[in-house]
Amino acid sequence: MSIEFKADNLGDGVKSGDVAAIMVAVGDVIQAGHIIMEIETDKAVLPLPCDKAGKVTQLLVKKGQTITPGQAVLMLDPVAAGVPSMNGGAKSSATAAVASPPAKTTNTVVATSAAALAKAPLPASSGRDLPLPAGPATRRLARELGLNLASISGSGSGGRITLEDVARAAAGSGGGSGRVVEPPLPDFSKYGEVERVAFSKLQKTSANNLSLAWQVIPHVTQHDLSDITETEALRKRFVENAAKGSPKVTMTVLAMKAVVACLKEFPNFNSSFDSAKGEIVQKKYFNIGIAVDTPNGLVVPVVKHVDQKSILELAAELTELATKARDRKLQLADMQGGTFTITTLGGIGGTSFTPIVNYPEVAILGMSRSQKQLQLVDGNVTERLMLPLSLSYDHRVVNGADAARFTVKLCNMLSSAFSMLIG
Amino acid sequence: MADSQTELLVLGGGPGGYPAAFEAADHGMKVLLVDEGARPGGVCLNRGCIPSKALLHIAKLINESHEASEWGLTFSSPKIDLAKLRDFKNGVITKLSGGITELSKVRGVKLVAARGTFLDANTVELKHADGKIERVSFEKAIIATGSSPAVPPMFQLGDPRVMDSTGALELADIPGSLLVVGGGYIGLEMGTVYAALGSKVTVVELTSGLLPGADRDLVRPLQKRLEKQFAALHLNTKVEALKATKAGIEATLAGEGVAPKMTFDRVLISIGRRPNSKGFGLEATGVAVDEKGFIKVDRQLRSSVPHIFAIGDIAGEPMLAHKATREAKIAVEAMNGGKAEFDNIAIPAVVFTDPEIAWCGLMEHEAAARNIEVKVVKFPWAASGRATTLSRNEGLTKLIIDPKTERVLGVGLVGVNAGEMIAEATLAVETAAVARDLAETIHAHPTLSETLMEAAESVFGQATHSYRPKRS
Ligand SMILES: Cc1cc2nc3c(=O)[nH]c(=O)nc-3n(C[C@H](O)[C@H](O)[C@H](O)COP(=O)(O)OP(=O)(O)OC[C@H]3O[C@@H](n4cnc5c(N)ncnc54)[C@H](O)[C@@H]3O)c2cc1C
Repeated sequence: MSIEFKADNLGDGVKSGDVAAIMVAVGDVIQAGHIIMEIETDKAVLPLPCDKAGKVTQLLVKKGQTITPGQAVLMLDPVAAGVPSMNGGAKSSATAAVASPPAKTTNTVVATSAAALAKAPLPASSGRDLPLPAGPATRRLARELGLNLASISGSGSGGRITLEDVARAAAGSGGGSGRVVEPPLPDFSKYGEVERVAFSKLQKTSANNLSLAWQVIPHVTQHDLSDITETEALRKRFVENAAKGSPKVTMTVLAMKAVVACLKEFPNFNSSFDSAKGEIVQKKYFNIGIAVDTPNGLVVPVVKHVDQKSILELAAELTELATKARDRKLQLADMQGGTFTITTLGGIGGTSFTPIVNYPEVAILGMSRSQKQLQLVDGNVTERLMLPLSLSYDHRVVNGADAARFTVKLCNMLSSAFSMLIG
Repeated sequence: MADSQTELLVLGGGPGGYPAAFEAADHGMKVLLVDEGARPGGVCLNRGCIPSKALLHIAKLINESHEASEWGLTFSSPKIDLAKLRDFKNGVITKLSGGITELSKVRGVKLVAARGTFLDANTVELKHADGKIERVSFEKAIIATGSSPAVPPMFQLGDPRVMDSTGALELADIPGSLLVVGGGYIGLEMGTVYAALGSKVTVVELTSGLLPGADRDLVRPLQKRLEKQFAALHLNTKVEALKATKAGIEATLAGEGVAPKMTFDRVLISIGRRPNSKGFGLEATGVAVDEKGFIKVDRQLRSSVPHIFAIGDIAGEPMLAHKATREAKIAVEAMNGGKAEFDNIAIPAVVFTDPEIAWCGLMEHEAAARNIEVKVVKFPWAASGRATTLSRNEGLTKLIIDPKTERVLGVGLVGVNAGEMIAEATLAVETAAVARDLAETIHAHPTLSETLMEAAESVFGQATHSYRPKRS
């Protein structure tokens, strides 16, 4: 049996408003007080809370529609009431498999799968119609810290979230997104026309993970140039002579090989930081995530055991993963288990950028467009092909000198194809 | 023009209002607490929880004095001095309301006995018992005006023999026969009192079971016992009319196997309660009320007018004193900028009959209705040593468990002292305890609380005192 929810109060003296955003979908279970829509009036954009709890069975208005006070906006089934499942961790981790592209202008990269999984709560609260497993004191602490309890994984029996779990999340290490609450936005329409475009769930997940990484990790980016004149010439010749249908060996594939050699020499770059225990978790396997730009957004498939594969095998695998990504055929497993990420904007342009580390990894390599430059070689000005590299890293784990050493080694390896052979 | 002003007005001095006033004063607010009653404490203290429990205590003693003969202890029939009994009950009220008055004083809460009527969202008019009228302006308000017995016009005969719960608690006499209309907790509690005092009690309930909404496993043992204590229990039966006659109140009943007309010395109407949202100028404040008359509030108990809050029975179901008190704390914290919210998982419910029924959290039938998979374990008190020493083995302890995590989602109890036992169960549900937490906490022996521990043991193994043969 469904009941109507009417938007009784749109603010003092407000005669009508437009539905600016709808934050619930049919099937969502909401609690009383949940913000279901944003209503744009001549005064402001107001959140519209629903004072009833239940499962949304029907939406009676559309985005952009003008409504008046007292108008019914949705139907809900009160029997299903009682627990927050809107931001249930399980849902977001399931959809987190595909990341949305960050705004092109910011040149950031993030893979959501690993971070979201780290936060996926135990089954106790995953999408089922049960209250979150936490006592009153824990719930209060989370509320006071502005943390979403649903995104904190519980370490207690049955997945119970403890006070310590919340404290850890607040400190930025437990997987909770300790987001600072943004101050309310001004009314931009005062200054000119605006359009509000709803953020997809996917974009939200991606945004949360970027915020998390940005807040948790003290980022530093090391820039350098690698002279790839000879490597690129060799690569081109190889590709031209390669048998038809053989996988394309790209600079990214070569970079994967070179990165693994550097990771072996500097194991801290292939680690995660367990701040609760005060330990660095070094990984003895080398799985490299590659950011792939697709029409549906940015995704980061992971190539496993890069150290055990030949350049041709890597090229084949990367081609396959990229195709899967474009066809939206990637499985969750294809995106898990990464230890380091490479993101390249070489096909587009730019001289350098500052990628955001793909939490809980500790370093990410950005590659910009290689460009011809005049260089002095043995007193002669010559034309060389230079590849700009930008290595962002977690400064808690990696110190600046090591980052410079890592980057120098990487540049050298990419310069000399021979060094890649001997690792 | 206002005659005086205050920072916070609390309207209604029940278990919602007075704790709110105290909490606010403790937060440093200047508080005016207004209640129209001669004594503070609201329905709960003056004509609800407290007097009913005082009388139920006496009823229990009377019943036990009869039962004791089976254990070799025979008392002569108790002599009932009704005036003294009433004094005892009234003494309890006086003592407790005196405590509230005293605590108001020491906290600096201004307690006024007057009826309040809102003139607008920042002014209230107070009418004192002596007719004096004053106006007070306030910055913030908490409305805690509670609820009243619902008595449909067809039952309003203007005859004192037709009573609501307030009338029944007055205990004017011990009627030879009493008709209780409505088999909810108030009807059954008052019926228990009158039956023990000697009245022939007949209960008529419209639906198919006593205590609609409660778990049937819990109701069954109670119903069995009430069938012995009461003259009759008529389910699926409707009272179509009441008529005052010289001989008594004549009731017209419609139900299978029920005599269509019966006459009773007194009738108790206990079919429900209505929020007090009319007749005191609520409209003048702009506070929104729902179809049932409850003030609409958000999770912080804030009404549609941001500086006015509502708590207790006026703010919605369940209409219980302890819910009102919890809401009081939240509202005061919220109005002082705190982030408090009503996010409780379990609100315990207790029916103080004999045996008592108590439950909290998710119940089996709710889980079914909401399509939540649960595991249900039951521990019958036939296997409890303590219950046996009390000669009360009809009880049952029932746990509703999440099969994936073994978390305790709900607890239902029926048996003597279930009302005290529900505290541990509520703590378990509220803090998301798992079955092992209950099972591996040492419970004193011999106590009824051991049944919670043993029920929890059978979630993942065998309870010590109950064995379920393994299914092959
Ligand atoms: C017989 C009976 C037994 C009960 N037993 C239990 C029980 O065992 N456990 C339990 O939890 N609950 C029990 N209840 C319910 C409990 O009494 C209520 O839930 C509780 O009293 C609600 O508290 P409150 O503060 O919301 O309002 P109330 O206690 O109803 O107090 C409201 C007060 O405000 C006053 N008031 C109203 N309007 C105005 C006005 N305009 N100006 C001034 N004053 C005003 C009223 O006179 C009253 O004093 C019982 C109720 C009854 C009738």
